[in-house]
Amino acid sequence: MKKLLTVSLLGLAIAATTAQARDYDHVRIGVDVPYEPMEYRTPEGELTGFDIDLGNELCERVGVTCEWIEQEWDGIVPGLLARNYDAIMSSMTINDQRRQTVLFSDPYFTPPSAWFAPATSELEETTKESLEGKTIGVQRGTLQDNYVTDMYGNVADINRYSTADDMVLDMEAERLDIVFLDYPVGKATLIDSENRDYQVVGEKITEPKEYFGDGFGIAFRQRDEALAERFNEALDEVQQDGTYDEIHQKYFGEEE
Amino acid sequence: MLDISTWFNDILAGNLIFTAQTLGYYWEGLVTTTQLVFLSLVIGLVMAVPLAVLRGSKHQWIRLPIYLYTYVFRGTPLLIQLYIIYYGVVFVDGIQESFLWPLLREAFYPALIAFTLNTAAYTTEIFHGAIKATARGEIEAARAYGMSQNLMMRRIILPSAFRRALPAYGNEVIFMLHASAIASVVTLMDLTGAARFVYARYYAPFEAFLFVAAIYLCLTFAILYFFRFLEKKLLAHLRPLS
Repeated sequence: MKKLLTVSLLGLAIAATTAQARDYDHVRIGVDVPYEPMEYRTPEGELTGFDIDLGNELCERVGVTCEWIEQEWDGIVPGLLARNYDAIMSSMTINDQRRQTVLFSDPYFTPPSAWFAPATSELEETTKESLEGKTIGVQRGTLQDNYVTDMYGNVADINRYSTADDMVLDMEAERLDIVFLDYPVGKATLIDSENRDYQVVGEKITEPKEYFGDGFGIAFRQRDEALAERFNEALDEVQQDGTYDEIHQKYFGEEE
Repeated sequence: MLDISTWFNDILAGNLIFTAQTLGYYWEGLVTTTQLVFLSLVIGLVMAVPLAVLRGSKHQWIRLPIYLYTYVFRGTPLLIQLYIIYYGVVFVDGIQESFLWPLLREAFYPALIAFTLNTAAYTTEIFHGAIKATARGEIEAARAYGMSQNLMMRRIILPSAFRRALPAYGNEVIFMLHASAIASVVTLMDLTGAARFVYARYYAPFEAFLFVAAIYLCLTFAILYFFRFLEKKLLAHLRPLS
């Protein structure tokens, strides 16, 4: 009996190692669309954005073919664990909580978060007192959601949305007083939009690290260390030879 | 309040997901779901009774609009109705200035409106069917007594129709409870909304959804029990004697 157990354990171990050493030549990447300018569709329906361009570039350097798979944000990590795709490149912020579940590449982009309100809004700061009784919009399961839930959960109403689209719609419908978003996304979807005028309220926010983490990373399953390493090398390469800056320039223009 | 929450955390010691905070969300969700379903059922029921009677009217101009209403609301998914009422309504010009906006601004009332109209449509059809199935003999007997149309409706047809509709209506109530799970797509923190929040925050689909499924089961059980009690009481005359 004991022998049998040992043998089957050994078998399991071998199976596990082979699974670990699996070599990818086709990588499926999960992405939550739209999240302009990180990932969105052109009017022609083509998938584009900073993540998409950078991701495709990285795949080419790593030497794999890539396929983008759309997945709503609140199911994006479970989808990775369920092997619906092999990586997530979707403006995902690296933080300790997520590190327990997934393996991150090196950070490839560090955006601040910011508060956005209609230009007509009288809000000038985002202290607990000034947001008391207001309705705040966030995307469900994002680090902005965690931050707002913990900081303002007991003074303000928090509306959580599955997609950034729905949130912008409700902002335009005047159902929300203020939203909390990744700054580049808010700038692209609210400030640069032609429908109504919006303003940034208060400073851009990057602290505390406990919530806002260390920038965006590509997430892999814990066991795919080799794959993550290959992507890290490619990331180094594009940052060295200026390709990264080209893509950055294309989507964000000059830094203010 | 702080005492309670520390006491709670002591009981739940070591559990990362079910903390006092997340249980608070589930509780809030339970309250919202119950309110939403109960209110929409009550208002829907009040609407459905006259509609069901008029649905069998001799006049086509009364019958037809009601038929159209039930046809449209039974013929389209509740989710679509909810989207139209919540997201669609904001594109009506001037809605933000109208007196309705304070209500429509909240997610609760658009959801309540959608659920009410939906359940009223189904309930109308259930009652209409039950009214139509009234035994001829009962109607003839009422006529023979010289009852007017109104009196007959009130004393003979409706009471017996309600009894006949009871089992089907009980099902409708349970369907409504389950249908209310879509309320979270319009930001309402109902039971499902709470589960989605916990799921998205802790990446724990099994814990989050199994727990909420258990709560729905309890609610369904309570509804079943209530309707069995009602049927026992109201349909006592139909039970075999022995």
